[in-house]
Amino acid sequence: MSNIPAELKYASSHEWIRKEEDGSYTVGISEHAQELLGDMVFVELPEVGDTVSAGEDCAVAESVKAASDIYSPLSGEVLAINESLEDSPELVNSDAYGDGWFFRVMPSDVAEIENLLDAEGYQAVVDDE
Amino acid sequence: MANKTVLFNKHLEAGAKMVDFHGWDMPINYGSQIEEHHAVRQDAGMFDVSHMTVVDVTGAQACDFLRKLLANDVAKLKVPGKALYGGMLDHNAGVIDDLITYYLSDTHYRIVVNSATREKDLAWIAEQVKGFDVTITERPELAMIAVQGPNAKAKAASVFNDAQNQAVEGMKPFFGVQADSLFIATTGYTGEAGYEIIVPDAEAEALWQALLDNGVRPCGLGARDTLRLEAGMNLYGLDMDESVNPLAANMGWTVAWEPTDRDFIGREALTAIKAAGTDKLVGLVMEAKGVIRPGMAVFFTDSDGVEQQGAITSGTFSPTLGYSIAMARVPNSVGEVAEVEMRKKRVPVKVIAPSFVRNGKQAF
Repeated sequence: MSNIPAELKYASSHEWIRKEEDGSYTVGISEHAQELLGDMVFVELPEVGDTVSAGEDCAVAESVKAASDIYSPLSGEVLAINESLEDSPELVNSDAYGDGWFFRVMPSDVAEIENLLDAEGYQAVVDDE
Repeated sequence: MANKTVLFNKHLEAGAKMVDFHGWDMPINYGSQIEEHHAVRQDAGMFDVSHMTVVDVTGAQACDFLRKLLANDVAKLKVPGKALYGGMLDHNAGVIDDLITYYLSDTHYRIVVNSATREKDLAWIAEQVKGFDVTITERPELAMIAVQGPNAKAKAASVFNDAQNQAVEGMKPFFGVQADSLFIATTGYTGEAGYEIIVPDAEAEALWQALLDNGVRPCGLGARDTLRLEAGMNLYGLDMDESVNPLAANMGWTVAWEPTDRDFIGREALTAIKAAGTDKLVGLVMEAKGVIRPGMAVFFTDSDGVEQQGAITSGTFSPTLGYSIAMARVPNSVGEVAEVEMRKKRVPVKVIAPSFVRNGKQAF
C-alpha cells in the first residue's frame, strides 16, 4: 500500500499539491504513480514564467516502461522547476513527495483547489484502479 | 491460473513485483530494474528462466532431424557440449522460434526454446519428426537460472562443488556441460560473461539461495529486456515472428547455406527472398531526450532522394549508455542516419549494427 500524506491535495490524474509559505503550490506525482511508472529516466518540465491552466499537460514523466503526461492541478504562473530532475530523475522514485517534486505554481484562481481530492478521496481513486 | 516456476516463493521473499508473462507469473523487478541492470553490467545478477522450455532430442537420427528442422547446421557441432544459436523456420521461411541447440552426443541434442512459443514449437516439432528415428522429450522437471555479469563466474564457482568447478574450468563461450545434477552452460542473454544453469526442480531453491548468499542480485524481466537489447539480441515476438524471415531479423549469420544439398525447412522460400532482397534489422541510437518505443515509425531518405519508412521492433532506455536505443526493421537502402517519429515530432537517430553494449562497454 503506497503512502498518501494527509496534508496534501491530489488530482485524480495522480498529481499532488502542497501549499508553500508564499502562497504558491508545489506540484509532484504520487508515490502510487511513480510505482506504476517504474524507474524514471527523463522528466520534461515547463519553463519558469510559463502560464499553465488546470488540467493542461505541462510536463512529461518518462520511465523505462512508458511516457506519461503530467497535468497541472492548478492554473497560474510557473514560479520554479525542480532542476535536479534533469540529472537525477530517479528522485521521483525515491522521494515522490519531497526531492522528487516537479514545479511550483502561483495560482491565479485558488477556488480551483476545491476541485481537488483530499487523501481519502485520492485513496478511493487508487483503490478503484 | 497462471503457471508458477519452482522459484516463485523465492521471488516473493526477495520482494519481487510479479507480472503475467505469457501465462507465467514472473518477476518484473525486485524494486529497481535499473539497479538490477547495473548489477549485471558491473557485478553479478541472476534471472529465473525456468519458464523456458528444455527439450531433449535423442535417437539414431537426431542429427539428421535437426539438420532438417533448423536453418543453422548442427553438423557444425563436433565437440560435445558445443552450442549453436539459430532459427526454426516454417515453409515460407518465417521464424517459428529462435533457439539454442547443445550437442551432447551424436544421439543426444538438447534444445532450449521460448516459453511464449512452447505449444506451437512442440506441435511443429511433433509434425516434422514423423518418419525419423528420433524421440522428443520435454523436460518440465528442470528449472533454469541464468547468472550473468563480470563477477558471475567467480560467484557461481563458490556455489559449485569440486566436480562442477572442474567441469567448467576453461570452458569457452557457448558450451554446456552436465556436471552432477547441473547442466552448466556459458550462454546468456545479457552480453556479459556467466552461466545458464539447468537444475532439477528439487534443487532449484537451494541453488538460488546459495547464489543469493554469495552476493548475486536477483534481476527481473525488466532488466533482462534492457540488457538483451543493449547486447543487440532479438526478442521473439517483438523483433521477429512468423511473418519475418531471418535475413530481415539480423539472423542471416545463423543460416547455414553450405552444404548446398542440406534441405532445411524454409530453404527454398528463403533462397527466393534472398534473391529478391528483403528488409534489414538495424540498431538505432538517440542521444536526445526521450525513449524510443516499439511500433514507432522510422523514416530516412535513400540515395535516390526517396523517403523510406520502417518501424521500431524494440526500443528502450539504455541504463548503461544513458540514452535511448532501439532496433528497427527498415528497407535495406538505409544509410547512417534516420528519424524516429515520437510524440508527433521527428527526432534524428544514428543507424548502427544492432550491438550497443558488450562486456560493460559501449560496442559501437
